Amino acid sequence: MTTQRTSGRRKQALAAAAVVAALLTTAACGGGGDDSNGGSKNGAAGFDAANNKVLQASEAKKGGTLKFASTQDADSWDTTRGYYGFMWNFSRYYSRQLVTNKTEPGSAGAEVTPDLATGLAKVSDDGKTYTYTLRDGVTWEDGKPITSKDVKYGIERVWAQDVLSGGPVYLKDVLDPKGEYQGPYKDKSKDKLGLKAIETPDDKTIVFKLPKANSDFEEMLALTSASPVRQDKDTKSKYGLRPFSSGPYKFESYNPGKDLTLVRNTEWKQESDPVRKAYPDKITIKFFSNANDLDARLLAGDYDIDLAQTGMSPQGRTTALKEHKGNLDNPVSGYIRYASFPQNVKPFDNIHCRKAVLYGADHVSLQTARGGPVAGGDIGTNMLPPSVPGSEGQKYDPYEMAGANKKGNVEKAKEELKACGKPNGFKTTIAVRNNKPVEVATAESLQASLKKVGIDVEIDQYDGAQYASTVGSPSNVQKKGYGIIIMGWGPDFPSVQGYGLPLWHSGYILDSANNNFAMIDDKKIDGLFADYLTQLDDAGKAKIATEINHKVMEGAYYLPFVFEKFINWRSSRLANVYTTDGYSGMYDFVNLGLKSSK
Amino acid sequence: MTAPLHEPTAEAAPSAAEEAAVAGADAKAVQGRSLGRIAWERLKRDKLALTGGIVVLVLIVIAVLAPAITSLYGQDPNSFNEDAIDPLFGTPTGSMGGISGEHWLGVEPVNGRDVFARIVHGARISLLVGFLSALVAVVIGTVLGVLAGFFGGWVDALISRVMDGLLAFPQLLFIIALVSVMPDDMLGLSGTGVRLLMMILVIGFFGWPYIGRVVRGQTLSMREREYVEAARSLGAGRFYILFKELLPNLVAPIIVYTTMMIPTNILTEAALSFLGVGVKPPTSSWGQMLSSAIDYYKSDPMYMVIPGVAIFITVLAFNLFGDGVRDALDPKGSR
Repeated sequence: MTTQRTSGRRKQALAAAAVVAALLTTAACGGGGDDSNGGSKNGAAGFDAANNKVLQASEAKKGGTLKFASTQDADSWDTTRGYYGFMWNFSRYYSRQLVTNKTEPGSAGAEVTPDLATGLAKVSDDGKTYTYTLRDGVTWEDGKPITSKDVKYGIERVWAQDVLSGGPVYLKDVLDPKGEYQGPYKDKSKDKLGLKAIETPDDKTIVFKLPKANSDFEEMLALTSASPVRQDKDTKSKYGLRPFSSGPYKFESYNPGKDLTLVRNTEWKQESDPVRKAYPDKITIKFFSNANDLDARLLAGDYDIDLAQTGMSPQGRTTALKEHKGNLDNPVSGYIRYASFPQNVKPFDNIHCRKAVLYGADHVSLQTARGGPVAGGDIGTNMLPPSVPGSEGQKYDPYEMAGANKKGNVEKAKEELKACGKPNGFKTTIAVRNNKPVEVATAESLQASLKKVGIDVEIDQYDGAQYASTVGSPSNVQKKGYGIIIMGWGPDFPSVQGYGLPLWHSGYILDSANNNFAMIDDKKIDGLFADYLTQLDDAGKAKIATEINHKVMEGAYYLPFVFEKFINWRSSRLANVYTTDGYSGMYDFVNLGLKSSK
Repeated sequence: MTAPLHEPTAEAAPSAAEEAAVAGADAKAVQGRSLGRIAWERLKRDKLALTGGIVVLVLIVIAVLAPAITSLYGQDPNSFNEDAIDPLFGTPTGSMGGISGEHWLGVEPVNGRDVFARIVHGARISLLVGFLSALVAVVIGTVLGVLAGFFGGWVDALISRVMDGLLAFPQLLFIIALVSVMPDDMLGLSGTGVRLLMMILVIGFFGWPYIGRVVRGQTLSMREREYVEAARSLGAGRFYILFKELLPNLVAPIIVYTTMMIPTNILTEAALSFLGVGVKPPTSSWGQMLSSAIDYYKSDPMYMVIPGVAIFITVLAFNLFGDGVRDALDPKGSR
């Protein structure tokens, strides 16, 4: 269980959208079918059988209890506050949005489809006005209808960051870039619906008026943070303990860090919901404190699926691969694991010194440290995750990291060192989170290979929970001399904006909780992002994304390690299982079914 | 390895004679033997202690010559060997954790670093911390213990209370807390150097009350002995009595306690490294190896067994040797 904890804050969260496709089998949709690879008739379906394709859809029966297990509780179950990827995935059981991700495997799962709304947005006014009409028959768990005002109020809660911190703030940034609205709790108007950018002419219609066009706006409305919340049920900071359901299930009980139980919401009607199938009668989560314990219980069949979906721990993984290979899938996570080089730390202000590290690194060894080609992922060659439109995967490899230089190229590294004015190498420090053995292993790998070219590296382990004030503070980075920072990043929604904006845009260089570690301040990259926001055509968007990626790689600000992959477990009881790019290569929780109702 | 005693003392003489009589040695030989020599002869007869001592010596040689040994052996402790790792499982290829002619004790899971090379280098850390922290404890403990015992009164009261306080202090937790506030560079040291220095000082600092108490007790009982009275009545000064009459008699218990303290300190170092507050990567240490082996105890049990056995053998050898030294120096003690 690696990623959770620290990746929790902000974008680091197990982000939503992402992934795959390009490198793996293409998204072959359609009904299940057993894969011959280790499968058996009624039990395990085979290795990778649910990766980007639907497994045993026809065997899903109504009823039964679907049992999740996890070492990690959600950051919050409040739809406004959750940022963990698995929380976004799970929240579809008890919340609905105007639009949501398609319940389809692979890359199709990252596309948006109408949910509460009757159709996708009617876009007008050069991409600045979005209009939706609500479906008939959509209700809250007490039977009252969901209105456009509930949707507006739910979205307004994003503005109340002082009370409801933690969630994504894209909607706030796009609808109210100047920060004029104070949020519903400080709203002076009677109905608390004072946000001018959203209009609700009647209970069925909602109109979004953007000050400036943003080509990813509908993706943002598909995030969990755009869920409706009813004013009289809003318990503010306590809402996460018992969200009021608009989906097919409602909270029965929740003991933070112990367990959670959802039961059917009897007011939810199948005909009002084109997305959710709601197979099981009951859904439970049991929280564990020990990853090895959890994996053992999964293997024993006591639980069906890991909630966190970040891959099994090394121990359980090895046993599972040897004995239960047919229960495993190996999806690409959408994360890229990488090192970045802060330009405010000498000598990384010089591009040649950065290139010396790129050439000096042993990419196979880094991949091995991440867990190898299966549990770690393919060698990363550029900075755009394979799932983001415009990515080229390993085809774009400007430094031949997966090609000629994959074991490191000492001569080229030395040439770059000479060009940098440091022919004898230099000393620097790698900053790495102390709670991630895998990241420490990659730091050790980098240390060993850089030593061969004369770059002497010290490893400094910092408290991962303190990331905002340690590596997230450029002045602290400079003070400590962190020339290399090891990190990972996944997209919140599959676009170059949802992935790269905070990493590469000069406007996102912050004094604390900074994520533009490399301190990239490039007018060309900023300009490309500006072009992207007004580009409404998909092919045009992809082209700009490719260009941005090339600019970032040409600057040699990053050393990508891997396009990350996971090994995830599905029990033999599950049916209608598939991984989706909509949730970073996780299984799509909302339509999981059981083969037997017992 | 005992310090030669300056002169046969009132206390030691009868016990030496007694022992000689028990052993049935002829009376003439007794005359010419110092206490150190007698102790050495007793130690030589104790096969277990001798074995322990030899193992300790071998370990010291290994630790000192670690870089030479690994370069002769042909494996660097910090280089990755991906080819020795199964890419699917991340565990060593081959049985028994990848033990082969090339890698005598196998390789680490995931990155394939040579276990033998890392064990050999790990011995340096263990012994360095074990010995130096014991030295720190002995120096502080002896000085303060003698002061407390010899001067008595408020000096004794003060030092004794400090010792009580320290013995009640949770040293493991203290070190863990200390690591997080420790600067990365200090006193011209950086990284692992800082951590080593800190471990040595802290383990030594929390270890001295054990020696201090024993020394204080011995001093208390000895300063009232006849030979001390005699020296005092002949006009000897305080420092003469301290250095010429008392200290030589404290050497035996100090040596015994030192040999017993070293293995405890080695275990403490292993525990600290296990908890992740020991030396920094990539420096290897046995505790850190054990800690990373936890994730692989089922798939690669050898990786856990090897550092465990290394710690076990080292601590056992020191303990056996320590027991032997105690028996040799203090025959009345445990027989």
